[in-house]
Amino acid sequence: MFSTALPDVLIQGWALQLSPELASRAQFGWTISVHIIFASLSVGLAPFIVYFTWKDVRTDDERFTRLRSFWVKVFAAGFVMGTVTGIPMSFQFGTNFPQFAEVAGELIGGPLAFEAKMAFFLEAVFLGVLLFGQERVSDRTYVLSSVLVGVGAWLSAFWILIVNAWMQTPRGFEMITRNGMEVAKLTDPLAAFFTPRMPWMYVHMVNASVISVALLVAGVSAYIVWKKRDAAAWNTALKLAVIILLVTAPLQAVHGDAYGRHVADTQPQKFAAMEAHYETGTADLHLLAFPKSIDAITDPKAENLFTVSLPGVGSFLASGGDFDAEVLGLNEYEENPPVAMVFWSFRFMVGLGFLFIGLALWGGYLIYNGRLSESNRFLKTMIAASPLGYAALLTGWYVTEIGRQPWVIQGELRTSEAVSSTLSGTEATLTLVGFVVIYIGLILVALHVLRWLVEDELRELGAKVSDDDRWYGPVPKVSDDD
Amino acid sequence: MTELVLLVDAYLVDALPEIWFGAVMFALAMYVVLDGFDFGIGMLYATRDDEREKETLLTAFGPVWDANEVWVVAFGTMLLAAFPRVYSRVLADHYLLALGFVLALLFRGLGPEMREQRDDERWKRYWDYSFIGGSFLAPLLFGTLAGRWIFDAPTLSLPALLTGVGLVTVSVATGAAFLTAKTRPRLASDLRTYGIVATLVYLIGVVALLTTVVVTDAGGAAETVLSLPVGAIVVLSVVAGGGGSVLALRGKYRAWLVSALGLPALLSLLVALLLYPTIYPPTGLTVREAIVSPLALNLVTILGFPALLLVLWYFKFLYGVFSGPIEGEGYES
Repeated sequence: MFSTALPDVLIQGWALQLSPELASRAQFGWTISVHIIFASLSVGLAPFIVYFTWKDVRTDDERFTRLRSFWVKVFAAGFVMGTVTGIPMSFQFGTNFPQFAEVAGELIGGPLAFEAKMAFFLEAVFLGVLLFGQERVSDRTYVLSSVLVGVGAWLSAFWILIVNAWMQTPRGFEMITRNGMEVAKLTDPLAAFFTPRMPWMYVHMVNASVISVALLVAGVSAYIVWKKRDAAAWNTALKLAVIILLVTAPLQAVHGDAYGRHVADTQPQKFAAMEAHYETGTADLHLLAFPKSIDAITDPKAENLFTVSLPGVGSFLASGGDFDAEVLGLNEYEENPPVAMVFWSFRFMVGLGFLFIGLALWGGYLIYNGRLSESNRFLKTMIAASPLGYAALLTGWYVTEIGRQPWVIQGELRTSEAVSSTLSGTEATLTLVGFVVIYIGLILVALHVLRWLVEDELRELGAKVSDDDRWYGPVPKVSDDD
Repeated sequence: MTELVLLVDAYLVDALPEIWFGAVMFALAMYVVLDGFDFGIGMLYATRDDEREKETLLTAFGPVWDANEVWVVAFGTMLLAAFPRVYSRVLADHYLLALGFVLALLFRGLGPEMREQRDDERWKRYWDYSFIGGSFLAPLLFGTLAGRWIFDAPTLSLPALLTGVGLVTVSVATGAAFLTAKTRPRLASDLRTYGIVATLVYLIGVVALLTTVVVTDAGGAAETVLSLPVGAIVVLSVVAGGGGSVLALRGKYRAWLVSALGLPALLSLLVALLLYPTIYPPTGLTVREAIVSPLALNLVTILGFPALLLVLWYFKFLYGVFSGPIEGEGYES
């Protein structure tokens, strides 16, 4: 529908200009990448906030007052960032991908409206109470407000993932013609909401959010403990984060393995891209892959890589038990997703997942020996690891979303057909540049705010915060006092 | 299973498409009324130099703005759920205005929140600019977009720009009324002047807009504008605006607030009248043509309306918790 013969990049007069399709996709990818960090921060931090608030109100323990107060501030700043970056998301379905909004309207409109009404309002209203209302409501209402904020965040993820899961494994509809256009008509709401992908995605995403926040909490706690060993609250927080990682990180690996099998069943093309599997036949599982040449980085093909592989295990996984099963290769398809991005993103995510299990076990061992806050090596590693949960979460989403290409609705609507036909390259490039500049500023502001919150906390704890000891972002200046 | 078959084949009630048009317009009205006074607070903030007065304005804004802003998401997603083609066309055909609006919202929302993060004069000043600029541009762009949609007019045309200016001025009026009802007398009497001037400019703007529409027949709306209901809305607006101004001068701020909030509500009603039955004038698409199939609409009705009632209850609770006058950074108990 939308001409693919147009060049993606052209120089027009004075400016470099991208095609509407490329600019729209880059813009959506970039804005969702930034938004998802803040959105998953809300989802992951919510249970921590509920726990701290409940302990604070219940026990009056100073440690929990401190932790609640600190993390509610982080939550509030993150929530505002999540709101202001979230509104552009649903707008872009209309501004950049109007054919998608129109074709899928009956299927995605309901869940998106429920997200606003059942989840977003709940979160926004009770966060107002949580932030400003402690003196104005009873303790019970206050704790309840923290629970409702958390429920709002988790419900929000639920409705949004219903939409995304439907795009991966669309069900419960038939195509009809309305106002001269082929659109999807809802025929079975249960099938459309609870698609095969939905439960896999929800568990994987919520758990990924908790892992990411546990790593962030661990990193911040490790930094404060490193600066001020006897900070009781932060020793508690560090221990709590490690214990949560001990449960969630292995769970993610086990769950992810089964999830992969499900993807092979429902989206064989994506699975083939994840394994760079071109020729239909038995597939090996590549645990580790190293490019033999520069070409192999940008265009990985299983046969051009040094791999540490389990022969036939790709077939075994995809078929559910047969080492010789035939796995469809990418050569079978007319148009494929950008294989390199999917292949390497997948390996990056899985590698980080195993790293998190290792960190959790290390921390668990130190807790067992009662030396959690004594090992400088561990503290510094955790500080360095604090943003890595988000790196894994983002690359995981790249596998899911880029791996679905060229489809926006798997098997039904191509992304190129969804792009606005009234959009000009100039407009699209202009807003893309605007979003890139503004969101980079936003990320820098967010990192600074986190840094100031940590510095304030250290000051209150009586630790020295000097100018030459500034903490720009998650990785501090590491000294050699190991 | 007969009930299910009924759900699939026909709308729960015959008028369900019209009811949904009303529901979408109700969400729009909630947004224009509630976030409108947030925008007003943001613009009036530009007139304050004293740090303590600024803090008072931010305290009025802080606990409620985020929840108020969600109404634009509710409006958009309800429009998408019931009238997908209208959602697509409104946004795709007004690309820069729509994305400009969401970016203005971004700066408006971040301003007050980020300002509090650091006690540094320059830092605070820049976030003040962000708050004020966003609060001015958001209603201007949203109104201009609405004007283009309703009157099928280009961005740089009287109908579109007057709608934008109308939304800006009505926001200042409601913002001033909201603040005077919540602050101490000295600040209140200072702010009410802005509110009264904004009300008068707004009323003149609405009359100018409707006159332009009648003269040029923009979007074929002249006939509707000359109808009795629109006339009644204009008269009611003049009564609410004029009467409100008198109440404001007499220091009856709570009564003023009620009549001032009536202005954006009447404006939304005007929009609803102009968009029915042709919900997208540029292509002549009607409510009945744009509506989704019975099953989809019945489903969002059964699940969505109880949720909407619950949301209204949340708001009652929220405004109950944060009622009463403000002084400096805190609420008085």
